[in-house]
Amino acid sequence: MERGTFRVKSGLAEMLKGGVIMDVTNAEQARIAEAAGAVAVMALERVPADIRAAGGVARMADPQKIKEIQEAVSIPVMAKCRIGHFVEAQILEALGVDYIDESEVLTPADPWHHIDKWRFKVPFVCGCRDLGEAARRLAEGAAMLRTKGEAGTGNVIEAVRHMRLINKQVREVCHMPEEELVEFAKEIGAPLAVLQLIAETGRLPVVNFAAGGIATPADAAMMMQLGADGVFVGSGIFKSSDPEKRARAIVQAVTYYNDPQKLAEVSTGLGEPMKGIPIEAIPQEQLLQTR
Amino acid sequence: MRVGVLALQGDFREHLQAVERLGARGVEVRRPWDLEGVERLIIPGGESTAISLLLRESGLDEELRRLGRAGLPLFGTCAGLILLAREVLGEDRVAPLGLIDITVRRNAYGRQIESFEEDLEVKGLGPTPLRAVFIRAPKIVAFGPRVEVLAYQDGLPVLAREGKVLVSSFHPELTGDLRLHRYFLGL
Repeated sequence: MERGTFRVKSGLAEMLKGGVIMDVTNAEQARIAEAAGAVAVMALERVPADIRAAGGVARMADPQKIKEIQEAVSIPVMAKCRIGHFVEAQILEALGVDYIDESEVLTPADPWHHIDKWRFKVPFVCGCRDLGEAARRLAEGAAMLRTKGEAGTGNVIEAVRHMRLINKQVREVCHMPEEELVEFAKEIGAPLAVLQLIAETGRLPVVNFAAGGIATPADAAMMMQLGADGVFVGSGIFKSSDPEKRARAIVQAVTYYNDPQKLAEVSTGLGEPMKGIPIEAIPQEQLLQTR
Repeated sequence: MRVGVLALQGDFREHLQAVERLGARGVEVRRPWDLEGVERLIIPGGESTAISLLLRESGLDEELRRLGRAGLPLFGTCAGLILLAREVLGEDRVAPLGLIDITVRRNAYGRQIESFEEDLEVKGLGPTPLRAVFIRAPKIVAFGPRVEVLAYQDGLPVLAREGKVLVSSFHPELTGDLRLHRYFLGL
């Protein structure tokens, strides 16, 4: 019996495909998410929109909170640790969380390094904006990827930017002669071996979800049509006026992402979405995606 | 042969690729009318709570019960096993279809850190062991007299069949070994 193999780690992400992972901050929200058809929940102290508003240093959630959410639901429970904070990750592994998100939404803890994720039995998901970043996270042992987008904005443009760019770069890599691959690896800061693997198989070696700014069923379906394997919704659900209804609608939109008739039906009468922020209104130093 | 794969959520793409590599035509099933002309159906791995909800909302649950009772060959892996079971213990979040006489418990091996892979001896697949990947897997805790167990892991049944319904608590679609899919297409 072998535990914690890469196939076992990335395998759970494969099972989450075509699904919606929802941010929750307590047991009641977790139960609402599960009943609405979420494939997993992300246990948090505060949703990204509130982290943004609160300022200060954002850290791993209180273990009490995570346990409370684990007890409330039967679907996988994910939790976030700070970039590079391997002890927060050790604690989350000890708590038995099903996936760790090494997340730019929290305040980074290491100025140089991400966590060496090969050392853990629990799998990690990491954010990325382009193929270089994706490949670096894969080299460190990430078993799942997601776009960074711009969390807590309810504005999908950055997630679209990141998904389009990654997929474009994957297509480019697949048609590159070996000598160009070496140069391209240098250019985008990617480990060559990871790019060679992508060129050989024609795809990313792990699942890539959309995240960061998804607020409506239409946003979710657009990300799926752009090639996302599934969707994370952070502030978009519990910062809207009718979370239960919106959660169910986004789940339907991810399953029927190619069916505009169905999308029209599920988008009807959802109440107010989260308000949202234009990206230009955020000062450069307050962007989360550049962390 | 047209082989449907339930495509509401989960790793349906891996099952489609497996049946297509075996020369069958894979069909994504999201609505009752997608089942037209389908000669076999696979229910993939995924989250059984989410798939159960989507089955109900699409009306596919009733249609699958009807076709299953009429003898449509069915193969469920992990979440698919849970959904085909007669009973899911202590659980009202999943409404199983009741098409194979087994009682199951969800997430019975524990959380993700307890997930594992292991070689299994499988009845009818020859001497080469089958690599089996168990991810937050369910356990078959009881089964009826017409159920035949085809493989055990640590003394517990993990691959079973009743008539033309086949279930595994692991994921044959994740390894590239096509023997179980070939076995299913031959049922």
